[in-house]
Parts: sequence; structure tokens; C-alpha cells
Amino acid sequence: MSGKSQDVEALLGQKYRHGFVTDIESDSLPPGLDEGVVAAISRIKGEPQFLLDWRLKSYRHWLTMQEPTWARVHYKPIDYQDISYYSAPKAPANAPKSLDEVDPKLLATYAKLGIPLHERARLAGVAVDAVFDSVSVATTFKDKLSKAGVIFCSFSDAVRNHPELIERYLGSVVPAADNYFAALNSAVFSDGSFVYVPPGVRCPMELSTYFRINAAKTGQFERTLIIAAEAAQVSYLEGCTAPMRDENQLHAAVVELVALDDAQIKYSTVQNWYPGDENGLGGIYNFVTKRGECRGRNSKISWTQVETGSAITWKYPSCVLKGDGSVGEFYSVAVANNYQQADTGTKMIHIGRNTRSTIVSKGISAGHAENTYRGLVKVLPGADGARNFTQCDSLLMGSKCAAHTFPYMEVRNPSATVEHEASTSKIGEDQLFYCLQRGISAEDAVNMIVSGFCKVVFKELPMEFAVEAQNLLSVSLEGAVG
Amino acid sequence: MLLKISDLHVSVGGRQILKGINLEVRAGEVHAIMGPNGSGKSTLAQVLAGREDYEVTGGSVSFEGRDLLALPAEERARAGFFLGFQYPVEIPGVNNVYLLKAALNAKRKAAGLAEVDAYEFLALIRQKMKFMQMSEAFLSRGVNEGFSGGEKKRNEILQMLVLEPKLAILDETDSGLDIDALKIVSKGVNSLRDPARAVVLVTHYQRLLDYVAPDQVHVLAGGRILKSGDKSLALELEQRGYDWLLESAVA
Repeated sequence: MSGKSQDVEALLGQKYRHGFVTDIESDSLPPGLDEGVVAAISRIKGEPQFLLDWRLKSYRHWLTMQEPTWARVHYKPIDYQDISYYSAPKAPANAPKSLDEVDPKLLATYAKLGIPLHERARLAGVAVDAVFDSVSVATTFKDKLSKAGVIFCSFSDAVRNHPELIERYLGSVVPAADNYFAALNSAVFSDGSFVYVPPGVRCPMELSTYFRINAAKTGQFERTLIIAAEAAQVSYLEGCTAPMRDENQLHAAVVELVALDDAQIKYSTVQNWYPGDENGLGGIYNFVTKRGECRGRNSKISWTQVETGSAITWKYPSCVLKGDGSVGEFYSVAVANNYQQADTGTKMIHIGRNTRSTIVSKGISAGHAENTYRGLVKVLPGADGARNFTQCDSLLMGSKCAAHTFPYMEVRNPSATVEHEASTSKIGEDQLFYCLQRGISAEDAVNMIVSGFCKVVFKELPMEFAVEAQNLLSVSLEGAVG
Repeated sequence: MLLKISDLHVSVGGRQILKGINLEVRAGEVHAIMGPNGSGKSTLAQVLAGREDYEVTGGSVSFEGRDLLALPAEERARAGFFLGFQYPVEIPGVNNVYLLKAALNAKRKAAGLAEVDAYEFLALIRQKMKFMQMSEAFLSRGVNEGFSGGEKKRNEILQMLVLEPKLAILDETDSGLDIDALKIVSKGVNSLRDPARAVVLVTHYQRLLDYVAPDQVHVLAGGRILKSGDKSLALELEQRGYDWLLESAVA
């Protein structure tokens, strides 16, 4: 099938669809990072003293840290002084109060991305807190949510209006000193999303945020904090695309989830940042810290991710299972094509009794890509009856890509049950030929086979995302066969 | 002439498997190709379907006057060429109905016809499934996923009935079937017999031919067709085996 592979590799070079830049004047700090910059960000945003102190402490700690090198990713050193740490779309003195006040160019940008904010979102019953560069520009469905007592707003708004919640929960799951990129984020984060669901409330709609990196050489440092109080339930969706750029763009987000007694949080991601071109030039560096803490009894946190973008992905959405009977889940599809490098997985830390976790990871590699699953299942001495099930499957397309699996296990309680299953397969020529012989084109056949491979993860996604994820996969892997 | 194979030579990994095959199949006919293991029967079926691991080193194949070997596999299929696989492959997570609908629509699109919608298709496939005595559960399962050998073969015939090819080559579709399944599969094949279509059965056993009467029987051995005849040849083979043919070929 060697002749075919060549055609297929040509098809793989499909151009990034969302590669365009909106021409909007940016309000940016000049490149560089020092205590003055950290203080300036805090001042621009009008933050209270406790937050400025926290940022500065984080910054000072960051200075003492080394960039981690243990991941299976390779990239040129990042010059942290060459990055602008704040940029905001130029807006009138006050932020827009409704969509009508939003810059039409901005709205057009979302439309190009296939995110008709005011129509599709409404039809789908999705509230959208849209982040353009670093500042939230539009929030919908506020009324419905506030009637239910749900707070869903930009991080900056939460700092202004609910400082007590921020002070109480910020950094309580991912401490500022947790790791190099989390410390950097803690020092310079510009905005993000905040969700608080009060006790006993089931959030009346799926919550969604679309992130987008626009201004050149602007690192983006989101901060997301979601709290589900006792017996509360919330499902949060995050999706992102970025315009084409030659320079590598750094992205280091932090997401913290807190689930109290009997609460449930479902966090879904479709990530489609610019992966670089077919020669590995450009693309987003995505160094993200995502962690949820099941702080209460019988609480549940579920991560579902479909990762198709970024030149480098370094991401391990994790669950700390503190509460007795709490449940952590991680469902992941990670696609790496061309010269993309993905090192992703999860950590399940079992602390409470009878805690349970499930890990299902599907890695797809094509082109020259490197795709690594790295997961830790840790059972502490007090976690009687803890159970984990892990399944890691890798699918290879072509002969130049690679898949690696590093499952770490630390079990310090004899009553725990930990199961691990792993498989690696190539897209079978037999499967492909079977489809071709039925008249199905190679691209459609590959999409079909890959979708089948990912099905168990896709069905964990909310409906509207499942469709988007399927489309994304088609674009990312069009024609890939081995 | 629906299919005309002229002096076809094929090698796999440098080894010559087919050494000059000549075969003509007219619309409306059913042919049976028999022969000992390793004689090249499956190679012939795979080459005609467009599998790329096989190298055509000589000869030609025309399908309705077109150069079949010049077409990629999916275009052969869309032009009305169907291969019933000896070992139908499993495709986990891909729904049977989804695959078959995609196949039918690919064919319709190539013919300039509108795609069938989900409801029309479901009605069609339900009707064909009933004919093939397949259970409804089949609709929700993955392609051949966890199917028994007999179910896989029945699924091949179902696909053939939905796609309505002009020429179907069934590669040992009768192997591994119990007598009831054999009857159902035969019923499916017979239902496709029609003055505009042809079927080529690749088989080891006479018993399939009790249910699907062939117009011609060919013996393929050592990469060549050693003898052709009517259905009485199959009965003779059943009684005498292949040795007498092989010996006379050597002589």
C-alpha cells in the first residue's frame, strides 16, 4: 500500500482552517516580565491587595523554579522576556453590557470560527463566556443562571463582585508553587472564567467558554475556577481555536475544580489550537494545569478531552479523590499529526475510602508526531477499597509516528484494586481495503475507523460537542492511513 | 461481455501466483471457480477487487469494456464490482448500518443519484435483513464486531443485496456455514440472479452448487485454469478430487 501512503500523506497536509487574524487594535503591555509587570496587570484590573500579594508571591516563587524537562516533548527554549503578558481588545471606557455593544469585527471572528454566539448558542441552550485575547467580551444567559443562583462570569468580574469566594478557593487545588507553568500563570493570569453553583442546585444549562489567542506574541494565561457546592451539579464546556502565526505562542492555563459533598462537575474540552504547519513550524505551546478536587463525600469530577491542536501539548487533567466514596473520571482522545507532540494523561490520587477512578485514553498518531500517554494512579494508605480501571489505546497511521505509554502506579493500600489495559494498533490495511471495496473513499474510511476507535470517549461529550469533535477529527486526520 | 480476463499474471512478494488466467463472464451468468488450496483463487478475487499488495505482471482485465486494473479499488466498487470477503474484517465502534449507508451513498453519488436519507435506508435494510433472516440487534452492532463466522458471511450477502452489484465475486462465502445458513446465503445469491448481473462463486465444495446452479465451472490450480465445463464438472470433482486434473496438466 506504499503508493497509497504517499497520497495520503499529501492529504494530511490539510491547511489549518481557522488561520486568520482579526484586525483589531490591541491594548498591550510591552514584552517583558518583572514585578512591575505583575503589579501593572493587577492594577489594570483593579484588583484587591490580597490578589496582588498572591501574584507577587507566585512570581517570586516562579523565579526559583526550573522549567520541567521530563515530558517527551522537544522545543526551542522559550524566552519569557519576549512575551507580552497583557493585551485587551480596545474597548470604550466601559466593557460592553450586551452583544450589541460588542465590536462587530469580533463577532464576525466568532462567526468565522463557526460560533454564532447569539444564535446557535441560544438555540443550543448554551451560555457563552467568550474570551477574546484576555478579556471577556460577552456573556449571555446571565439572567437564567442568576435566577438559579449560579454565578458564571469572567474571572475579573468574580474578583470584583465575589472576592470572598476567590480568596477562599483560588489556589486551593493548584497551589501557586505547584509547577513551573502554574506558578507563571498565578503571577500573570489575565482573565478566565468563574463558576459557582450553590448547594442543591443543578445548573440549568451547559456552560461554555471559547478561548482564542489573537494578538501576536501574546501568551495567554487563563485562570478558571469552578466550585460545585453540596449536591450541586454543573457541566462545563471549553473549546478553542487560534489564528495562524509563525511565532510559537505560549499558553499556560490553570483550571481548578472543587466539588463538595455529593456534588458533580463534568468538564469537557475540545482543543483545536494551531498545531503548526506540515513542517512543524509555528503552533501553540500548550502547557496546562488542570486539576479537580473531590473535596466532599460521594462527589464526582469527570474530565473529557478531545485534543487535536497545538504544536506541543503538556496536559494532565487530574482528580484528587479526598472525600470518601468520591469518583474521578478521565476520558481522552489525543490526536497528533505532522510534527505535533502530545504528552498528556491524568493523575488519580485516591485519598478517601472507597474512592473510584476510571481512565480511558485514546491516542492517535499520524505523520511524524509523537503521542505520549502519561498517567499516575496513586492510592494512599487510608484509601481502603479504592478502585481504578485504566485503558490506554493507541492508533498509529503511517510508519513515521510514535506512541508511548507511561502508566505509573503507586499503591500503598492492600485493599485497593488497580487494573490496566493497553493496546497499540495500526489502522489495518484490511479494514481500509474492506471499506474501499464497498466504494467508500480512503478519507471517509479513515474517519470512520478513527471515529469508531474514539467512540467510547465521544459518547461522554455533551451532544453539541460530540458533533464538533467528530468534525475536528475529520479535519485533523483527513486521509491518514498506514 | 461483463468481465474479460486475458492472460492475467500476478505475483505477490516476487512469487508468481497467477500464471495466465483467461476467463469470460457474461451478464446473467453464474460461474464457479474451484480448485485445491493455494491454487490462486483468493489472489484472483483480491486482484480483481483492487488490493494493492498484488503486482500485476502481465495481462489485462476489462469490466464492461473498461480497464478494471486502472481503477482504484473504491471506483471498481462504485462501478458495480463487489467482493464477498473470505474473512470479513471487524471494525470496532463503526456501526454496521453506518458503513453500509456510506457505501450505498458513495455508489449513488458516483452514478449521479441523490443520497438516500436515514429513513429510506432503514426501511431498505430492514427489508433485506428480513430476507436474510437476520435479527434487529444487527442494526446497532459494530461492523462484524463479535460476529460468528456464519453471521459475518451472512452480513456479506446482506451488503451485496443492498449494493446490488453488476458483478459479485464471493470468496468462499460458503465456508464455515451450517446447512441452514448455507440455504439462506444461497437464497440471497439466487435473488441477485438477473439478466443484467453475474456472480462468480469461489468455493471448495460442491454443496453450495446444489443450491446455486452455475452455468460454468472452472478448475483453478497452480495459477492457471486447467479445465472449464458445465455443472457436471463440479460433481465429477466431488467424486474424483483434483489429482487426475493435475496429473494430466503435468503430462
